[in-house]
Formats: sequence, C-alpha cells, structure tokens
Amino acid sequence: MTATVDLMVRAEGVRKRFGDTEVLKGVDAMVSRGEVFCLIGASGSGKSTFLRCINHLETIDSGRLLVDGRYVGYEERDGSLFEVGERELAARRAEIGMVFQRFNLFPHLTALENVTRAPVMLGRMKRAEAIETARVLLARVGLADRADHYPSELSGGQQQRVAIARALAMAPKLMLFDEPTSALDPELVGEVLSVMKDLAREGRTMVVVTHEIGFARDVADTLAFMDGGQIVECGPPDRMIREPSHPRTAAFLSRVRLASHPPD
Amino acid sequence: MTEAQVMTGLEAAYAFPVVRRRFPIGQFATGFGAIAALAFIAAVVGKSQAVEWSAIPAFMIDPSILGGLLLTLQLTVAAMLIGIALGAVLSAMAISGNIVLQTMAAGFVWCFRGVPLIVQIFFWFNIALFVPDLKLGGIDISVNAIVTPAVAGLLALGLHEAANMSEVIRAGLLSVDSGQHDACRALGMTRGQALRGIVLPQAIRVIIPPTGNQAIGMLKASAIVSVIGMEDLLTRAQHIYARNFLVIELLIVASIWYLAVTTIATVGQHYLERAFARGYGRRNAARANAAVAAEDSRP
Repeated sequence: MTATVDLMVRAEGVRKRFGDTEVLKGVDAMVSRGEVFCLIGASGSGKSTFLRCINHLETIDSGRLLVDGRYVGYEERDGSLFEVGERELAARRAEIGMVFQRFNLFPHLTALENVTRAPVMLGRMKRAEAIETARVLLARVGLADRADHYPSELSGGQQQRVAIARALAMAPKLMLFDEPTSALDPELVGEVLSVMKDLAREGRTMVVVTHEIGFARDVADTLAFMDGGQIVECGPPDRMIREPSHPRTAAFLSRVRLASHPPD
Repeated sequence: MTEAQVMTGLEAAYAFPVVRRRFPIGQFATGFGAIAALAFIAAVVGKSQAVEWSAIPAFMIDPSILGGLLLTLQLTVAAMLIGIALGAVLSAMAISGNIVLQTMAAGFVWCFRGVPLIVQIFFWFNIALFVPDLKLGGIDISVNAIVTPAVAGLLALGLHEAANMSEVIRAGLLSVDSGQHDACRALGMTRGQALRGIVLPQAIRVIIPPTGNQAIGMLKASAIVSVIGMEDLLTRAQHIYARNFLVIELLIVASIWYLAVTTIATVGQHYLERAFARGYGRRNAARANAAVAAEDSRP
C-alpha cells in the first residue's frame, strides 16, 4: 500500500444506484495530497453524487473509495465492505470538510457560533479556544466584522464564506466543494472564488465540483470531466480546455464557454 | 449622494404624481356594524333581571373556586409536561429509521389519539377491574391504591396529549431543511448530536405555536375529569350552583378564570416565540441590507 500514501482520494470502479437508475457507473479518480481537483460536467452526470460519496453522505454499492488510505464509511473484510458504526463514521467524517451549494448554515446561530459549534460539541476545542479560532477564520474569509450576524443578515457570498470558515474550523485534511457558487448572484461569485483560491495557494487538498471553468483553469491541478456517471477525461486543465480529447468534453466546454462570464 | 440622485428626489417630490391611499370605506362600515351588534348584545344581557351581577366578584375569589382553579392548573401543567416529554420520545422514535421503534410509536399514536378522551378517562378509572393487583417480586401492590382518580385523570390527559404532541414535534422536526442534516453529518456529528444540538433548536420555533394551542386546549379539556369526581374549576362551580341556583353567574365566574389563564398563557407564548425567533424576522432583513451595502461600499 506504499503507493497510496500520498493519495488523499483514491476511487476505483465506484458504482452507485438510486432505485433503477445507476448514477455512478464505475468512477475512477486519484487526488494527491495538496492537489486541487476540479470536477466538471453537465447536471445529472453524477459529479455531486460522487462528491457526496467521498465523505459517505451517500453510500456506494460497489468499488473502492478511500480517503487518506482508508474507507470513510466501511471496513473491508474478506473482499466485502461492511458499514462502520455511527461514532466511528462521524469521527472519520470530521476530518473531511464540505461546502454546499446552498450554504446550509445553521440559521439560528450567528456566524461566529456557526463556526464554533461543531468543534466545541465534538470536544475538539474548549469554548474560548474555539471562539478565538473562529475569529481568525472569519477574518481570513474577510468577515471579521460580521461575526455576530445571523445568516439571514448576510448576503449569499458572505454566507458561503462563513460556511467555508465553519468547515475549516474542524482542521480538515480534505475539503469538498459542491458547486459552491451556483446559488450566488453573479456579482457575489468572485468573493467566494477568491477565498477558495487562497486555500488552494496554501496547499490544501480540495475536490471542487464547479461550473466555473475560469476558476478551474486558474486553480486546478487536475480537471476531470464527468459524463454519464463516469470520469471520461482527466488531466491538466490548460491542455484539456484547449484541446479536449473526448468529443463530449469538447461539446460540453464549448457550451459552457458560451455561457460563462469573461475571464478576470 | 450624487447629483443625479438629488435630482431624482426633487423630481419625485415636486413634479411626479404622488400615490394617495383609497379611503377604507369597507373597514369603517364593518367597524360600525360590529359596534352596533356588540351594543345590542350588551343591552339584552344587561337588562336581564335573572342575572345577579353583583354576586360574581365574591365568587371569583371564593376559596372553593380558587381550589378548583389550582387543581385545573396542576392537571394542565402536569399533563402537558407528560405530553411533551413522552411526545418528544415518540417523535424521535417515529423518525429514527428503526422500523420496530417506528411501528411502536405509530401504534401508540393510533391508539391514544383515536380513542375519545372521555373513554380513556373511564378506562383508567376502572383499570382495577381487570388488573386488580401488580406483583413485583415479593411485593403485592393493589392497583386501586395507586390509580386514584387523580392518577387516572392525569394518565388519561397525559397519554392522550403525548399522542398529539408527538405529531406536533414530528412536524417540527420535519420542517427543518435536509441541508441542515447534511451539514451536521459532514461536520462529524452523530445523529443524536445533530438532533439535540442543531435540528431540535430550529424545530422548536415551529413547535411552539401549536404547543400553545395544545396547552390552551388542555386547560379546557381538563374539565372532563369532573366525570370521575375530581374537583376542578368547573366541578367546583357546578357544586356551588347546585346549592344556590346561580347557574349563569357561576358559569361566568368559571369562564372569566378560563379566559384569564388563557390570556396569560397567550402572553407567555408570545415571549417564548420571540426568544426562539433568533436569526429570523424583520430586524434581520434590515441588518442584511445594511451589511451588504457596507460590503459594497468598501474600496
């Protein structure tokens, strides 16, 4: 298993079905430590489902999906996977941060409390320490002066930045982003992307499902195109955007390029 | 302000037509009608020689009436506490995903919500008829000694309420967006931690109004214990008018007390709702706009 040491995510033949529809039809992917991995594709191609499988928000039906050399929700015994207990699963999930399309902030808590709640509840930090950490994190996402605001008092872009701070508070070794800018007004997209660029620059391992081709081109180490429940093409973003080798990648990119905003 | 904005303001004030509200003639008409109807009813009631108005104040603070009021309040509070506690457990069972627990909760609700309250009261009152005694280890306990009328009334009201409250609480829990559960799980919380720490505090906001409704309903429904000889507010009033024949007067006395307690409960509910409205509402919208504006004006 020495080859897998530097792999943060290793997916092999991951399959997942919802009822009669097979959403993931054997997904293979490798994400190294410190890599930014952007996943693009049409809606319904399975990219969000794959992302949710990585931290076991969705179960898988077959295949291998390891994070940092280990299954998140399973244990392998005699060639089969068995689900782990709830506490064990929660502890493994806590090491993986996730940012959602619709922010999913806790509406009854202030920005600061949103960030401190999980570390305090899970016994990672004392309250005072958590508050201090949260203030630092909120300052990093440019919201030092919004700490006492409730989510309903913040714009979409501000909410998403609080959500990023909340995920970072658990000191995750891997960050998952599920279309983090898709629910934002166009003028608010930039502020969230710039926070994500900062994280990438720090060398964080990130898997990002996105429609922002410009962001993917600037920040991603690897760009993957998903279609029909499989990753059909994967490589350095520059080459892939310039000369996609798969006809469906080419078709998708030309559609997106027409719709996307001009590069900044 | 820029010059263009100043111009627009002046133009709006001096050049463009201003919207005038329509005179609300319909509201005046209904108001007039309502006052006339009330005056008519007051005249009919006030003229009645049969009602001895002067007797009412004394009975309001009659020790027997106050004793009855105390029992009514005790029953209401105790039954609501049983209802909320057991209802919370039942609703947690109902959404647990464990089919055995779900079936048990559904069966409880089906039974205790479906049988009329008065039947349940008679049932508990007469339970010793088919379970005369309990043998626990070496100790033999007479059921009649445990299930006094007070216990029978409380059990009936409390279990009936638990069935209703479990549905109220379940509805509250379901009202919380599924994204909240996702966020909790992604942060590494267990189901229980998420439920207690994040989901329930949000659900309470939705649970409070119907619970207030249930509590007020319970205050009045508790009068039903008169059928097993418990001396609540209404029963005490009945006892008094059976002796002095001041039927309407004592019913008015009881009604005033019921209304008084209901009013206090309504005010209490208002403050409770406000306390749990953290993060919602108008004040927030105003601050949101201010926050966004401040952000925009930054260099």
